[in-house]
Amino acid sequence: MRRVVVTGIGATTPLAGDALGSWKSLLQGESGIRSLNYEWVEKYELPVTFAGTIKVPASEKLTPQEAKRLDPSSQLALVSAREAWEDAGSPEVSPERLAVDFATGIGGVWTLLDAYDILKERGPRRVLPMTVPMLMPNGPAAAIGMDLGARAGVRTAVSACASGNESIANAFQRIRIGDADVVVAGGAEAAIHPLPIAAFAAMQALSKRNAEPTKASRPYDVDRDGFVMGEGAGSLVLEEYEFAKARGAKIYCEIVGAAVTSDAYHITAPDPEGSGAARAVLGALEQAGASPTEVEHVNAHATSTPVGDIAEFTALKRVFGDHTKNLVVAATKSSTGHLLGGAGAIEAIFTILALKEQMCPGTLNLDNQDPAIELHVPRQSTSLSRHDAVAISNSFGFGGHNAVLAFRNL
Amino acid sequence: MALSELDVLAGLAELVNDETGIAADAVQMDKSFTDDLDIDSISMMTIVVNAEDKFGVKIPDEEVKNLITVADAVKYITANQG
Repeated sequence: MRRVVVTGIGATTPLAGDALGSWKSLLQGESGIRSLNYEWVEKYELPVTFAGTIKVPASEKLTPQEAKRLDPSSQLALVSAREAWEDAGSPEVSPERLAVDFATGIGGVWTLLDAYDILKERGPRRVLPMTVPMLMPNGPAAAIGMDLGARAGVRTAVSACASGNESIANAFQRIRIGDADVVVAGGAEAAIHPLPIAAFAAMQALSKRNAEPTKASRPYDVDRDGFVMGEGAGSLVLEEYEFAKARGAKIYCEIVGAAVTSDAYHITAPDPEGSGAARAVLGALEQAGASPTEVEHVNAHATSTPVGDIAEFTALKRVFGDHTKNLVVAATKSSTGHLLGGAGAIEAIFTILALKEQMCPGTLNLDNQDPAIELHVPRQSTSLSRHDAVAISNSFGFGGHNAVLAFRNL
Repeated sequence: MALSELDVLAGLAELVNDETGIAADAVQMDKSFTDDLDIDSISMMTIVVNAEDKFGVKIPDEEVKNLITVADAVKYITANQG
């Protein structure tokens, strides 16, 4: 099998408008969660009035015409992909060997709902001709593919909050089996709109800590009461190792495994025994040729929901047994909120940078760790000690989707 | 008061610029929307709908295919404005 390395990263998140800025802000323990100052929050009397909104509007980095023709999710995707491509040194690759695997959990929800408002208020003639290409969930992938001229396939995984990781997993497999030499992979989400907020709140999935937005995302804390919606995008440039070496690319690390499993247990609840999640971790480690004791850092899915955080811990216990206590775990959604289809992508970037800089970002708001979750979760950013260790990043999604990525320094 | 062809041209050029980024002064009477200005069918429909709003005119779908040049559109709008 061919080897796959990461040569470029790009992101736009609630913490900063780029990947390294987001990482720096994360290490400093900043929060990207804030109150929403939109008229619709009061108009609809939303039960949740805060979220992780992006720090830098995409319109600052796109032409007015690009912005006009792209749903916000595609705008964020394109901004992050251009950053990653430039970071990779704009690889010279034949278009037929360049692919895109780019996810979203929900798709162009702003476009869809705005168009429905226009239909109701002004009739079908006023519905914009660009509505369909803007709302389709493959819109972000298609926008990136057009921009970079990728002709080896442009694909979109849609698996709720596991989508970003699943797209990176798909990209990894495509390079491994020889379908492409370079793949831009990642995920985006821009769903901070009153309808998704109302819908997630209706299922009691969201934190309602309206008075203290920065304290609301508190994975593993006894007082966690749900996740915090975030928006943004992350992109990776993945390359076949020899191809990257031949062009003298800067290499962040190797992606050594990527596995996807499914629970077939419940449409939204995680399997309390964590067996599907555990199989995904084991699958990624098997591809890596690594034993569980070779893992040091874990970027956990850890959304701050009461049952989800415990189920993930149970899965980790199943895989790591006694080694679980040696894991150095980060729950970065405490800073960024939950980017849904974009979560896996930005967390992959954080995991890659954690490996490169040997630094585990601190987890916010962990005032009283749930005694049922026996994990080492540093409150402050903390050095890692094993340069050759494997780091993993977990993502799980409604629908029983589990997707796990494994990285290692070269 | 009805707008003159020059007024309509200026207004249409603004709509074209807004949708496509093409400089307003490049939108001249003898230019073809597709061959000279490289405007695709989706942008053309957006410009048509926006022109209906701006000039208070109805441009039926079957009429749009006859609007080959900027002059075709300017003349149609000028003649049919409400």
